[in-house]
Amino acid sequence: MRDVREALMAGRTSDGKPVLRPLSPHLQVYRPQITSVLSIMHRGSGIWLGFGTILLVWWLVALAGGAGAFAAVQRFLGSWFGMLLLFLWTAALMFHFSNGMRHLAWDAGAGFEKPTYHASGWTVVAAAALLTVLLWVIGLALG
Amino acid sequence: MANGGNMMMRSTLGRVRALGAARHGLADWWGQRVTAAALVPLSVWFVISLLAHRGADAAGMARWAGRPWNAVLLLALLIALFQHLALGLQVVIEDYVHGEAAKLGTLLAMKAALALLWLAAILAVLKLAFAG
Ligand code: HEM
Repeated sequence: MRDVREALMAGRTSDGKPVLRPLSPHLQVYRPQITSVLSIMHRGSGIWLGFGTILLVWWLVALAGGAGAFAAVQRFLGSWFGMLLLFLWTAALMFHFSNGMRHLAWDAGAGFEKPTYHASGWTVVAAAALLTVLLWVIGLALG
Repeated sequence: MANGGNMMMRSTLGRVRALGAARHGLADWWGQRVTAAALVPLSVWFVISLLAHRGADAAGMARWAGRPWNAVLLLALLIALFQHLALGLQVVIEDYVHGEAAKLGTLLAMKAALALLWLAAILAVLKLAFAG
C-alpha cells in the first residue's frame, strides 16, 4: 500500500482473492457515449455562443451608428470567414437550443429512463442538423 | 436505491442543494432555467426576423429594430441572453479555475466584460427605438 487512503479501496474479488478496488478511470479511457458527448457539447456550444454575443453587440451598435458602420459589419459577415463563423454559430445555437429543451424537460422531471435518455439524445442531434441546414438553405435561396 | 435500480440517470436535487463550488447554487440554478425558458421563444423570433430581413439595407433594418414591439423584444432578448450567459460562464469558471483568488478575479473580469457589452447593446436598441 503506497498511500493510507488506499485502505478504503481494499476489497475482495468474488472468489475471495484480495484486491484494491479501482479508482474511477480517467476521462481519456471512457468510451465516448451519446450521453457524455452531448453533455460536453452543451457546454462547448454555450461558450462558443458566448463569443457570438460579441458579434450581436457589434451588429446592434453599428446599426444604431448609421449606414457606414452597418456596411462594415455586413461586409465582414459577407466574407468567407464571416460566413464560416455564422454557419458555426447557427449550428451551435440549433444544437444548444434543442439540447437545452431536453435539459428543461429533465428539470421538469421527465425523460430520465435510460432508453428515453438515449433516444432523445439522437433526436437532438438530428433536429440540430436539420434546422441548421434548413436555415441556410432558406437563407441562401432567398439571397 | 433511490435512483430506481440503475435504470434512471437522475440524482436527487435535495441532496445537492447548497453544495457545489459556489455554495449559493439554487438561486443561480433557477435563474439559468428561467432565462433558458425565456430564450426559447425569443431566439426563435430573432432568428426568423433576421431571416426575413435578409438583404435589407441599414435604413430598413434600423426601422425594423426601432419599432416599439421589436425594440421591446430585443431588450428582453438581451436581458435573458446576458443573464443566461453570465450564469453559464460562472458555472464553467467555478469548475475549471482553481484557487479562491484566481476564481474570484476571473469571475469579476467576466462579469465586467459582459456588463459593458450588455450596456452597449441596450443603449444601441434604445437609440434605434427613440430615433424612429
Ligand atoms: C436558445 C435557447 C437556449 C436554451 C433553451 C438554453 C438552455 C440551457 C440550459 C438548460 C443550460 C443548463 C445546462 C446544464 O444544466 O448544464 C444552459 C447552459 C448554458 N448556456 Fe444556454 N440555452 C439557450 C441559449 C443560450 C445562448 C444564446 C447562450 C450564449 C450566448 C447560452 C450559453 C450557455 C452557457 C455558457 C451555459 C453553461 C454551460 C455549462 O454549464 O456547461 N445558452 N443553457
